[in-house]
Amino acid sequence: MTQPVIEIRDLYKTYGAGDAAVHALRGVDLDVHAGEILVLMGPSGSGKTTLVSAMGCILQATSGSIRVAGREIVGVRERDLPDIRLKNFGFIFQGFNLFPALNAQENVEVAMNLQGIGGKRARLRAVELLQLVGLGDKLRAIPANLSGGQKQRVAIARALAGDPPIILADEPTAALDSESGKIVLELLAKLARERKRAVVVVTHDPRVDEYADRVIHIADGRIASSENRNLQPNALEAQFA
Amino acid sequence: MNVVHLLNLFMFRIAWRNLFHDKVRLIVTLTGIVFALVLIAVQFGLFLGFLETSSNIVARNEADLFIAAPEIPHVNGGAPIPESRRFRALAVPGVAEVAKYSLLFVVWKLPTGAQESVQVVGFEPGSGLGGPYDIVAGDVNELRNDDTVFVDEIYLPKLGIQGIGDSVEIFGRRARVVGLTRGILSFTTAPYVFTSFKNAQNYQRLGNDETMFLLVKTKPGANVARVQADLKRSISGVDVYTREELRQKTMNYWVFSTGAGTTTLMGAVLGLIVGIVVVAQTIYSATIDHIREFGTLKAIGARNSHIYRVILSQSALSAVFGYAFGISAAKLVSLATEGSNVPILLPLETAIGIFAMTILMCLTASAISIRKATSIDPAMVFRG
Repeated sequence: MTQPVIEIRDLYKTYGAGDAAVHALRGVDLDVHAGEILVLMGPSGSGKTTLVSAMGCILQATSGSIRVAGREIVGVRERDLPDIRLKNFGFIFQGFNLFPALNAQENVEVAMNLQGIGGKRARLRAVELLQLVGLGDKLRAIPANLSGGQKQRVAIARALAGDPPIILADEPTAALDSESGKIVLELLAKLARERKRAVVVVTHDPRVDEYADRVIHIADGRIASSENRNLQPNALEAQFA
Repeated sequence: MNVVHLLNLFMFRIAWRNLFHDKVRLIVTLTGIVFALVLIAVQFGLFLGFLETSSNIVARNEADLFIAAPEIPHVNGGAPIPESRRFRALAVPGVAEVAKYSLLFVVWKLPTGAQESVQVVGFEPGSGLGGPYDIVAGDVNELRNDDTVFVDEIYLPKLGIQGIGDSVEIFGRRARVVGLTRGILSFTTAPYVFTSFKNAQNYQRLGNDETMFLLVKTKPGANVARVQADLKRSISGVDVYTREELRQKTMNYWVFSTGAGTTTLMGAVLGLIVGIVVVAQTIYSATIDHIREFGTLKAIGARNSHIYRVILSQSALSAVFGYAFGISAAKLVSLATEGSNVPILLPLETAIGIFAMTILMCLTASAISIRKATSIDPAMVFRG
């Protein structure tokens, strides 16, 4: 196994204080490796979204340690977090979170623009990424004219725009039918296997199970169980050939 | 950090697309801005019109200096002074010419028997000082004849006459209209009626050895301030004003002392406040509608400065488009009032000033939206 891209140790997150305190995370230890699909499962309120928000530098943990690509991010100044997110993470959301007024290509260009990449270079890269997710013919389509699956594929292309080592996906298939969900999951698997991205998926969707390398069950802010799936790399490669 | 990052035209593009994506909201925003701008432009244009009409009779006078009775409140409130002061004035170095001039409210009798108040302006036709201007009909030299007058064409109906050749009655004396002007408006309800000083003495019951003002034309190259000081020193019992001083005095009296100017200025300020509130409300509402997008932007790595640029660009674009429509509408209103007795002026300087104010108004209005958008917790994007 490679060096972890995310190392989490004894992580706590508490909302509020005193009697009203809610302990969302209670001493989580977790490593995430490049090239694996890690699935976080658990009932609502178990802390999985808090965990993925904390590892994505969107939420500050109360205590403990999170190292992203070797850099400690717990306690980092708020104003430094956007840069860390920009360089290390690509995000995929349940509701797609595309910009409704921008077309598919521009939605992908947004993320590149934040990194200071603009003009022709950004346009070409956006086209390349949309072709990668099978939307080469939908460059000018605005989100309202795309299906749910297509929107999520645009979101995946956007997540890849900055070429981040880690993809964090929050319920990426929840709003999709089975066929669209399958396409999205295959894309995520392809990113992990072929492009060696670490893919962390938060989900309730049992369809994700078959693509997971590890499934972590979260309950009451703790890791309740961790299952390693011994997937056959050759079989997957054949699937994406 | 490259040029794209610095200028971040993409944030401008997001603003542009956001603005035009929701056309109903765009129309509402622009309507708010246009109404505010028209209100501001009309009120301020009225104010400018007041400034113009209150003092035009002084501003368009060719005299450099005005000798008047002490402490007059404005040009329309003069008091008689001895005509003999004229000779002392002529003896002052730098003085080229001194002419008698009178301005007094008198009664004008309409053919129906009704009465109107007019302001008779008496000047010396040979002097070239204080006479009618913007003449559209008649010859000013005809005013050398007895009982002849010039009136402004806009007041013909008010004065109950048709035009040149009509006979009228001023303060019990017959007079004949021999010329018309265009655009010599009066701030009060009493129109200006130009006549020779000699005629005016009859209409105004002014004594033969009296005048209301002495108009002074200085020699070419003379120092007007020095001539003014010398006149003050040489002639006792009078005040000496430059044209600009008397114009300011008259303007301040009519526009500010009467409250008319303050009221219109307050209207303009009210327009500005209404504009800021309307624009702030629509931009805030647009920001709330796009709040999830701003949250997404922050989640994927945007800094607050990126958010500022989107919102400010959106506001600036609204300002530019709102201004284009607003100033066009205001110009139409201004054109419609041209030649009326309540002109709404919209000179280029005002149009430029209103543009700067529109941009400022819209950017100020974005402040609340910026505060809202930059305080978004990016974690909201994970909350379904």
